[in-house]
Amino acid sequence: MRLAELMMAVVLAIFSAYLMWKSAELPIGWIPGEGPGGGAFPFWLAAGMLLSALWILVRAIRGITPQSRSSEPYFDSQSAVLIGLVIGALVLMVGSIHLVGVYGAIPLFFVFYMKIVGRHSWLQTTAFAIGAPVVTFFFFEILLHITLPKGFTEPLFYPLYDIFM
Amino acid sequence: MEIIQLLLNGFLVALEPMNLFLVIVGCAVGLFIGAMPGLGSVNGVAILLPVTFIVPPTSAIIFLAAIYYGAMYGGAVSSIMLGIPGASTAVATTFDGRPMAVQGRADVALVAAAVASFTGGTVSVILFTAFAPPLAHVALAFGSAEEFALMLLAFGTFIGLGGDDIPKTFFSILIGLVLSAVGLDVISGQPRLIFGDIPGFFHGINFLVLAIGIYGIGEILWTIESSRGEVQVSKAEVSVKRILSALKEMVGCIKSMIMGSFVGYFVGLLPAAGATPGSIMAYGFAKTMSKNPDSYGKGNIDGVAAPESANNAASTGSMLPMLTLGIPGSPTTAILLGGMVIWGLEPGPRLFVDQTEFVWGLIASLYVANLFALLLNIAFIPLFIWVLKLPFTILAPVIFVLCVVGGYAPTQDLHDVWLMLLFGISGYLMRKLDYPMAPMVLAIVLGPLAESSLRQSLLLSEGSLMVFIERPISGPIVAVAMLLFLLPVFKAIKKKRAAGKEPEDGSQG
Repeated sequence: MRLAELMMAVVLAIFSAYLMWKSAELPIGWIPGEGPGGGAFPFWLAAGMLLSALWILVRAIRGITPQSRSSEPYFDSQSAVLIGLVIGALVLMVGSIHLVGVYGAIPLFFVFYMKIVGRHSWLQTTAFAIGAPVVTFFFFEILLHITLPKGFTEPLFYPLYDIFM
Repeated sequence: MEIIQLLLNGFLVALEPMNLFLVIVGCAVGLFIGAMPGLGSVNGVAILLPVTFIVPPTSAIIFLAAIYYGAMYGGAVSSIMLGIPGASTAVATTFDGRPMAVQGRADVALVAAAVASFTGGTVSVILFTAFAPPLAHVALAFGSAEEFALMLLAFGTFIGLGGDDIPKTFFSILIGLVLSAVGLDVISGQPRLIFGDIPGFFHGINFLVLAIGIYGIGEILWTIESSRGEVQVSKAEVSVKRILSALKEMVGCIKSMIMGSFVGYFVGLLPAAGATPGSIMAYGFAKTMSKNPDSYGKGNIDGVAAPESANNAASTGSMLPMLTLGIPGSPTTAILLGGMVIWGLEPGPRLFVDQTEFVWGLIASLYVANLFALLLNIAFIPLFIWVLKLPFTILAPVIFVLCVVGGYAPTQDLHDVWLMLLFGISGYLMRKLDYPMAPMVLAIVLGPLAESSLRQSLLLSEGSLMVFIERPISGPIVAVAMLLFLLPVFKAIKKKRAAGKEPEDGSQG
């Protein structure tokens, strides 16, 4: 936990410095007749972030925060596997939306999560894997007229558009 | 007296069978739209605006007002049930609503939200009826300096009363503000903070992307880790008896509900402020005035009642600048304003004189919508509780899918979904180290308003910061905000004196 606390503070400090540098692409000074430049607001706030991160780092080094005194691991092996699995599944789901669209990705995600993580019966899994995209379709596409990405499955939906819209 | 007569006429209009039907349908549709993470009253009103062109203007606005109110209630539902604010106006509701649901008191929190919303709506309609014209003048006296002072006050309550690690709270607020600055600079129109030249950053970072990422993805990851992915989200129960006893419990919240209504109504009146800062400030005030501020954030019923009464009061309040001055107080009223122009009604001072049926029909229908939203919301509580009782390995993928679809819907850009995932994971990692997340979400919501009010004030004062202190309204607000910023320092000094042996303790306050 102590190592994680120190590393987080360092990473956040570097990120703050990057934001300051990035903000400075726009004028950060006073422009006569226009007021503060476009970069001034994020620049000074990012400077504040850097100071806060350094403050957090100093407190962590001196062992003031509870996390910096804790010897518990940041992740134990069991939860690391579980969280890693879930995050991996999420990344794959969002990634596969580009390819097979929402209506391909949602059933796959449900099958993976309910079957492998949850160990539910096939009946329940199939019900959700089919029910969720159907409800999503009617709520978003038909009621709210928000088209969701469909990837290469787009042509399969043309007959549905013809019926409902 | 004349106003009461007009209001009664308004009620007669609102209670015509056709209009009453529209109110009920609108409330039900609004409730579901609001309960979806990612969709709020703005989306509901915007999407259904074209539908209203087939009915007369008065019926149309009644329908939209019903959606508006329904969505305001619905936002609280997802805040409490899933811990994901359904809309920016419901951010403050998650702070105590979510802990209550985790403790198995989701039904009490839902009843509290419904009753508080109803109270807020009632108080604001009375205030609207009685004090509409003079209040419009006071609100106009609020310039950019005063708005910025209000923002400072909102952040001050987090530092002074948050109880979290101080530098971590500062960091959280600041990063939220910087993220809100991504996109096109409002004043110069130049692109800024476009990371890696990715075009998706040009439209800025929608607060919903951060809120859904942190409260949706991050919160569920947190729950999966702490529960090993097995348990149910909450051991919620529901029965008529429990709902009745929850209603009784609400009697104790009268003070925070009334306070929330007044704060919300007044902040709602301010042009461009609206219900979000209103609900956040009401939460801050309730916490400040409470005898037991430490119980906030851990499931205090007042922490649900205050912001919920405020956001409903503010939604009525924000109608006032829209109707009288043509200045919308919130994104939703901006869309309503657009609708009014299409219906051929010209907003402005003349509206109250020329279109009395429309104005008072609107006010009365807000009230009727308020009542129906309350009834529908309480009627749906068993359904909401049933959802909560699903095993977590079913609920988690459902919430993840809701987050992904909800994150996509507002901008229809997959870039935002990736960003949401990134925020969710990094927010979860930071939260494990006790970085508070709520200030970050609030900061990204209030950021654009804070920046534009700061820059406008500095422009007018030619760079002098004295403008915030000298003006009669902003001066005292800034002073209170500064006191709140310094409060942790005083507390630390006091603690040091009290316990001389322990030289420094990280968790002040």
